[in-house]
Amino acid sequence: MQAARPTRAEFQVRPMKVLVPVKRVIDYNVKVRVKPDQSGVDLANIKMSMNPFDEIATEEAVRLKEKGIVSEIVVVSIGPQQAQETIRTALAMGADRGIVIVTDERVEPLAVAKLLKAVVEAEQPGLVLMGKQAIDDDNNATGQMLAALLGWPQATFASKLEIAGDVATVTREVDGGLQTLSAKLPAVVTVDLRLNEPRYASLPNIMKAKKKPIEPKTPADYGVDITPRLTVVKVAEPPKRSGGIKVASADELVAKLKTEAGVI
Amino acid sequence: MAVLVVADHDRSALRDTTHKTIAAAQAIGGEIDVLVVGSGVQAVAEEAAKIPGVRKVLKAESEALDHAVAEAIAATVLPLAANYDAILSPATTTGKNAFPRIAALLDVMQVSDVIEVIDAKTFVRPIYAGNALETVTTTDAKVVATIRPTTFKAVAAEGGSATIESVDAPAASVTASFVADEVTKSERPELGAAKIVVSGGRAMGSAEEFQRVIEPLADKLGAAVGASRAAVDAGYAPNDYQVGQTGKVVAPALYIAVGISGAIQHLAGMKDSKVIVAINKDADAPIFQIADYGLVQDYKTAVPELMAALEK
Repeated sequence: MQAARPTRAEFQVRPMKVLVPVKRVIDYNVKVRVKPDQSGVDLANIKMSMNPFDEIATEEAVRLKEKGIVSEIVVVSIGPQQAQETIRTALAMGADRGIVIVTDERVEPLAVAKLLKAVVEAEQPGLVLMGKQAIDDDNNATGQMLAALLGWPQATFASKLEIAGDVATVTREVDGGLQTLSAKLPAVVTVDLRLNEPRYASLPNIMKAKKKPIEPKTPADYGVDITPRLTVVKVAEPPKRSGGIKVASADELVAKLKTEAGVI
Repeated sequence: MAVLVVADHDRSALRDTTHKTIAAAQAIGGEIDVLVVGSGVQAVAEEAAKIPGVRKVLKAESEALDHAVAEAIAATVLPLAANYDAILSPATTTGKNAFPRIAALLDVMQVSDVIEVIDAKTFVRPIYAGNALETVTTTDAKVVATIRPTTFKAVAAEGGSATIESVDAPAASVTASFVADEVTKSERPELGAAKIVVSGGRAMGSAEEFQRVIEPLADKLGAAVGASRAAVDAGYAPNDYQVGQTGKVVAPALYIAVGISGAIQHLAGMKDSKVIVAINKDADAPIFQIADYGLVQDYKTAVPELMAALEK
């Protein structure tokens, strides 16, 4: 793809480094099954992929690099050894290098935010771009927590991002419409679905990604205690909603809604 | 025990998400205070003071708090945190934005999107877009939680007489600042609070068709308008109509899904509705598996007939 010509405002700042945290999660097309002993969700032999929101964050970082606003994209993932594969996916999309923080423990958003804070302090990015939530735990918390721990501004649920000088102007998806915020960099921006449509990595880029460096680390390297604060008591199936009846016509439907259900 | 509930309001009145979050606070137990933030919110604070069971209302008035900027809300709540065992917000975009910031600064792991309170430390929350429910017990000294309002029954609005106290409000944030709001203007009820929701799906085929079919039916029923993600992605409806895992979670008394197949992602946003009606020409559409009343018919025939039947 041809890189867009940088605008004057973009020329005025030194291109910056962007950090993109990515999470390896169950693929969004896979039907989730709760284990019979209610200890969690069955992940054995299940297809795993990059969290879709993180893919959008990676895509946005690559686009910023193509525009000349960003000089380097560092991808970080926390999880089992296989989290490397998720980093490779991001490298094939156009990120430059990776850091994998290996642990088999359950890592909650607060611990992830503490680890990311340590990575930010080491890497000194001008922007952290990340998904608004992971589709497994659905916490929607890590980006906000990272911004808090760093004392940085946050702009969450971004559907549009513009960077000029040291200010990010972010359009956010909020209840009832859109909100536009301006945040002074460095900042944490979490992305929503409509920000962009992530590219598929080309075969040459997938090959190239294999040569890009991934630095292995552990939580202990950063001196962060990742002990979970929440104890999972059980994971259960949601109550099943049983199907109702078929009606033959709109007239019958209205009659049922009035007399049987009493909702109109 | 004392619980602080951060109120959700539109500067003239409380939203019922506040009353539902107070219901969750009652389930946790202890004294309940309500914090109202924003400028010119005296009337909202007075409304909160009338809610039975509220001990006192704290009011933080500042223009810096008018646009729900997370940094400003966190700066208001943090100095109050020492007085409370639990701090709750409805899981609106404002709560979701600000509360993890508060939790992290208190070194607490937030409990997000609570759908049931088991006890003061144990909560049920959906994971995997509601395809599993996780019960967690927090080991933190303090609870910071967002409450999914649709699963709690609103407490009464009248009958109490709590005192109102002013608390410190922050000056404007220098790092993140408000630029503009683009609020969708509508005469219809708000999607999250409506008693009836009429939603359209990809079968509509165009934005014109969506407006021609879905909106009049909604208006006839006094309903809010919703849409599936497929319809939003195709540009037939604006994003704030979106019901589902990536949109709004609704639980109205009546949900009418028109030309919606029933992808898991959509069901996650509406399956707690009291009565679900599905209109779809495909008898095998998954939406029929959860619908109380299914009408297998092309919406082009069904909706005009439904409009006519409602006239009778």
